[in-house]
Amino acid sequence: MTVTTALPSFDEAIATYEPVMGMEVHVELGTTTKMFCGCSTAFGGEPNSQVCPVCLGLPGSLPVVNRTAVESAIRIGLALNCSIAEWCRFARKNYFYPDMPKNFQTSQYDEPIAYDGWLDVSLGGETSETFRIGIERAHMEEDTGKSLHVGGATGRIHGASHSLLDYNRSGIPLIEIVTKPIEVPAAVAPAVAKAYVTELRELIRALGVSEARMELGQLRCDANVSLRLPGDPYGTRTETKNVNSLRSVERAVTYEIRRQAAVLSSGGTIVQETRHWHEDTGETTAGRRKEEAEDYRYFPEPDLVPIAPSREWVEELRATLPEPPSVRRARLQEAWGFTDLEMRDVVNAGALSLVFDTVAEGASAGGAKKWWLGEVARVANERGVALEDAGITPGDVARVEALIAEGSLNDKLARQVVEGVLAGEGTPDEVVAARGLVLVNDDAALGTAVDDAIAAQPDVAEKIRGGNLGAVGALIGAIMKSTKGQADAKRARELILERLQG
Amino acid sequence: MPSISREEVAHLAHLARLDLAPDELDHLAGQLDQILGAVAQVTEVAADDIPPTSHALPLTNVFREDEPRACLPAEAVLAAAPAAEDGRFRVPQILGEEQ
Repeated sequence: MTVTTALPSFDEAIATYEPVMGMEVHVELGTTTKMFCGCSTAFGGEPNSQVCPVCLGLPGSLPVVNRTAVESAIRIGLALNCSIAEWCRFARKNYFYPDMPKNFQTSQYDEPIAYDGWLDVSLGGETSETFRIGIERAHMEEDTGKSLHVGGATGRIHGASHSLLDYNRSGIPLIEIVTKPIEVPAAVAPAVAKAYVTELRELIRALGVSEARMELGQLRCDANVSLRLPGDPYGTRTETKNVNSLRSVERAVTYEIRRQAAVLSSGGTIVQETRHWHEDTGETTAGRRKEEAEDYRYFPEPDLVPIAPSREWVEELRATLPEPPSVRRARLQEAWGFTDLEMRDVVNAGALSLVFDTVAEGASAGGAKKWWLGEVARVANERGVALEDAGITPGDVARVEALIAEGSLNDKLARQVVEGVLAGEGTPDEVVAARGLVLVNDDAALGTAVDDAIAAQPDVAEKIRGGNLGAVGALIGAIMKSTKGQADAKRARELILERLQG
Repeated sequence: MPSISREEVAHLAHLARLDLAPDELDHLAGQLDQILGAVAQVTEVAADDIPPTSHALPLTNVFREDEPRACLPAEAVLAAAPAAEDGRFRVPQILGEEQ
């Protein structure tokens, strides 16, 4: 079913309706072992090679809570300005779906470990306004296994003949962070949703509790959206699942505002349901009806004892909190001399830590930013991988910048070096040696190229003699061509002028 | 006084994926009613100063360190499954869900 033809534009939608949003973000913790057993959490193992009686739910097995996961949960709660429960329990969330072999997920229900906090986000660039996002709760739970649906079209359940389950992921610690209703000016609502997830990702990374890489499913987002007329109570909401990139957060919220406005303005009603986000088409489609799905028969987990973090422990953990990302960004922006827009580009590209590390290796901030957001971003994008997986390290980028600074490479040669590193040809120095990329700046070799260029274009040479310096570019172009881009353009220009005007 | 309706039993049966005949629903409604009535007697002795409990032992904060332990071999795990394919558990067609 497609309703795209009937959709109003975003501006038309918000001319009538106000959106209210709620974000649910799941963070997979970077612990060594699972939430309730000692199985490895390493990514990419052979299917069902990281399972044991506990995470398979075999009879007689008993879970034991991972201390580091609880510490991470408390630190996340504190960083989100939450209160930390003095006493809380796990609960069983019962449902029939084969992604949990136990037939229930161990989660927390009405006693989350952290509750009632906030996170400030700003849109950066064009406005410095800050929006305070209320945090309802952050609770501990466990991840599910991975399903593979066989026999249908494109791996969907619909039409599949059967499904295959890998439980390696089952039991990996998750923290679910739920906001209070987000009510911000309609025009910025989708951007605020994206800014919230971006800020949360930075915070999680700064805490060191997860790499929070959305493309690996380490940070996953569900977006609740409802519309209402100004002054009315909250409308019926939908929950869009599977919104797994920062860009998708903004697009999915925008789409859902437009879709709901179309339904409401044609006299229809919104059905409370989960909806699925499709990255390729930029649309959401209907999933489960909420009223059929929400009877999970929660009850306190009888196999686990309560968690009662002492106030001393909480304060010890508070002392380990890092500088808040917004404060760190402001400090780095000042140190690096970036404009608001430049800083926002770096943050949105997920390159803040990479630029930081590159500067720490001795590069200039501008040089570091140029490579990560330029050549590396282009190649990473082509391959569909994150910047940190493109195949070049901050140390490599800093080395390329150092070679430029000492005059061994010009920009053009440096780009070839970076290309070589990204292609897996080795370190920058190895690429320079293997490809023979040496800047020609000794006057003997360069002088011959200059003489040849002048001899080949006597008319251009005459113009320069006559004082037309704009014509120098034509000779430098010819010199670059004859030296395969390895000439030092600045020195070549000096030599041309010495010969023709000296 | 607890009173559980036939509709509530039907709803619970659906959640538990039990296919019950109409006469079974009536039968179980009466039985569940009796069970709830028996459990409700607890409220007669539970005073306000007795907090609800979910665990028989007066323990909190039982943790393990984040240190890996040996997993089961995948072959052993899958050998115990009713069906397996490509190193994974094979389950029948999933109904009533869309994705």
